[in-house]
Amino acid sequence: MSDPISERHESHIVSPLLYLLVFGSLMVLTVITVAASRYDFGAWNTVVAMAIAVLKATLVVLFFMHVRWSSRLVRLMVAAAFAWLALLIGGALSDYDTRGRVNPPVEKRSPTGALLEDR
Amino acid sequence: MSEAVAHHAEADRHPALAHHFEGLPEQKEAAGLGMWLFLAQEVMFFGGLFACYTIYRNLYPGAFAAGSAHLNWKLGAFNTAVLIGSSLTMAMAVHAAAVGKRRQIVAYLLMTVVLGSVFLGVKVVEYADKFHHHLVPGAHFRFEGPLARPVEIYYSLYFAMTGLHALHMVIGIPILLTLAVLAHRGHYSASYYAPVEMTGLYWHFVDIVWIFLFPLLYLIPTHAPH
Repeated sequence: MSDPISERHESHIVSPLLYLLVFGSLMVLTVITVAASRYDFGAWNTVVAMAIAVLKATLVVLFFMHVRWSSRLVRLMVAAAFAWLALLIGGALSDYDTRGRVNPPVEKRSPTGALLEDR
Repeated sequence: MSEAVAHHAEADRHPALAHHFEGLPEQKEAAGLGMWLFLAQEVMFFGGLFACYTIYRNLYPGAFAAGSAHLNWKLGAFNTAVLIGSSLTMAMAVHAAAVGKRRQIVAYLLMTVVLGSVFLGVKVVEYADKFHHHLVPGAHFRFEGPLARPVEIYYSLYFAMTGLHALHMVIGIPILLTLAVLAHRGHYSASYYAPVEMTGLYWHFVDIVWIFLFPLLYLIPTHAPH
């Protein structure tokens, strides 16, 4: 029993009461999402909606999906999945959101391809 | 003599334990890691659509609000509650398996199937309504006003995202039913229930995707035209 390997693999049995609590929180947050969409936070509308969704997803991942009690390797996998997603969306937005805002001067080249001085 | 010991050890092995694992806990750890690797891939699979959505919503905020206004948010909210409920029953099925209560595993799995089917039933009603109102992208798409084209983009994303999500549930339900049959036959015990737990991870992931789809598709505020 004191074998570190078997201890590491020991599965955690969660109380059904905790599941009910998580379920209740998710339902309350769903009501808050709908209610929040009635108010105008201006540019923050989407941020508010996504913040609530991220909170709900975190509850599901930590408790329903047992990541709170998972090994470090599994936690690393979960973190990596969302880190790549953030890179994908962040990278795409950093392109689209800056189009039109940044207007680098157009390079003028001679027919031979040499860069011409802007006069 | 050592051969006899080996035979004895062989007889002690759980029938579900693959030969390359030392024991069931090690096998379960490997299964969990593999399942999470699959889910990481699923995050990227849906991620492409979410990235596409983000870009087009930034380009056409007015059209997305106009398209979203044609969805019934009450049905979306109802389905959100149903799916969160199905996550609860799924978590309870895994719990029942962990404590070795066979009849409870079957009962909770079947409740999850029922809730999943209710979700898909509502989705059928919603899709039928979109066909009826010519809001399905393609030759028959009709939308009055100058926003028609970008609204069609909104509906393309609506059908791609909710369709892919629904497909995951259509795949999940037969898996849940198979688990229920196997649980009923006594395949799972407190020491071996990894398939129930792994399917649970899949089902919760599908729930998470919907948690994001609901506000993004149904709850776009119309009071703030940019």
